[in-house]
Amino acid sequence: MTIKRLSPEDLLALDRFEVDEGNPHILVDKAICATCKGRACLVACPARCYRLKDGEVSFEYAGCLECGTCRVLCSDGGVTRWTYPRASFGVSFRCS
Amino acid sequence: MSDDKFDAIVVGAGPAGSACAYTLAKEGRSVLLLERGNSAGAKNVSGGRLYTYALELVEPGLYERAPLQRKIVREQVMLLNERGATTVDYFDPSFGADVPQSYSVIRADLDEWFAGEAEAQGAMVAPGILVDDLIEEGGRIVGIRTGDDEMRADVVVAADGVNSLLGQKAGLFPDAKPQAVGVGVKETIELPDDVISARFGVKDDEGAARVAIGCTEGISGGGFLYTNKSSLSLGIVFNPQQAGRQQRHIQDIFQDFKMHPAIQALIDGGTSIEYGAHLVPEIGFHGVPKQLSREGLVVVGDAAQFGINTGVIIRGMDLAIVSGLAAARAIVAAKQPADVGALYRQQLEELLLIANQKAYQNFHGIFDIPRIFREYPNLANDAMRFLFRVDGKTPKPMLKGLLETVKRNVSFGRLAADGWKLYRHL
Repeated sequence: MTIKRLSPEDLLALDRFEVDEGNPHILVDKAICATCKGRACLVACPARCYRLKDGEVSFEYAGCLECGTCRVLCSDGGVTRWTYPRASFGVSFRCS
Repeated sequence: MSDDKFDAIVVGAGPAGSACAYTLAKEGRSVLLLERGNSAGAKNVSGGRLYTYALELVEPGLYERAPLQRKIVREQVMLLNERGATTVDYFDPSFGADVPQSYSVIRADLDEWFAGEAEAQGAMVAPGILVDDLIEEGGRIVGIRTGDDEMRADVVVAADGVNSLLGQKAGLFPDAKPQAVGVGVKETIELPDDVISARFGVKDDEGAARVAIGCTEGISGGGFLYTNKSSLSLGIVFNPQQAGRQQRHIQDIFQDFKMHPAIQALIDGGTSIEYGAHLVPEIGFHGVPKQLSREGLVVVGDAAQFGINTGVIIRGMDLAIVSGLAAARAIVAAKQPADVGALYRQQLEELLLIANQKAYQNFHGIFDIPRIFREYPNLANDAMRFLFRVDGKTPKPMLKGLLETVKRNVSFGRLAADGWKLYRHL
């Protein structure tokens, strides 16, 4: 292998995830995000869980690295619930 | 298990939690060490350097059993601009003559080992358990809740990391402010041992630690590169507030750094094997909550926001271990749970953790100088280019050339103001 620029998908594909299907550990209220001017989550979430789709903030918890950046940065309260995934779910780091 | 009452329940098997559980178990206390990851370390990411003295405080010689990567003998500071890089390289294998001063570490290995050591001392270690809440009775914390289970103890130790939801639930402190933390991203890149040793000019068991500025598009923050045995830890820590105010995704800025020619040369031929992210306490003593305990609860490690960043020294794990040790000693010395808080404070003082935090307490103000992250690294590289350039044309007089280089990057007024600010914060 050689070193190359990795896409967001490539980066997350390196990690081991056990997704708690249908049971998101973070809840986002899009109505609040719709009026948020800052939207810092779009550029600062290391896993790119927050993306702009058709002008709306969409959130996907499956690749969450559980760092807490979104909770700390969220200015308007769009992140309505932030917890860790239930035990045995989420990311498992092996060599970090 | 729910009928048992422990002397202490430690939540989180990172360095703070395991140091605490290890010490308590060694003193004959009944300890339950809970970890939400499937194994200790599975949820943890750090740059990758541990200062060894902390393990020595827990028990002399303990570090010799730890799965450490490389003894750090090269300290490097790298200033990047778009084109190139200027690196200061300080080689000194004599740091810590008897006990090597610091090692690169991989958390999945280190944390699992340390939790295992605590278990060997008699602690009950239970991974794969997420603590949902604290149990409060009569104004005291008396245990924890996980799912439908309740577990009770005289003292709960919140070693639940930088986000410390438990400390918040206990009302000890509000949620972290974005200006008080950094967001770190990191790629682990596999490379053969001998290639790493050759590229960094070190022996087999020795390694380098590098910090880098000028790789964050002007955002307050910096890069890091640590040599492990057969991998490199490469990453950037950003000020999240500033990162959130600009347009580029931090992943893209990080990938630019990775592909910078000066970094490329070091990681070439390697294989990316993991990508991680984590928050880090970033503002030192000013970020440590005034209250770190209430009856039945003490907060340790990242949860207490212990951390030191001088730009070249970045400390977290060592302070976590020392605080875990302090909490354990406090619990052992306390005649009743109500005494633990004051004794913990006293131990933090005695073990010099507070003195260490205070020594650098105004340092983070330096990182408010925006030019540190773009203009000054540019200036350094421009000056180098001027000094080393030979093209056969008539060279500019040395002083004139250098002054022009400075002026091109920063006004003399700004330079003076920044110099003054630097002086004040040091």
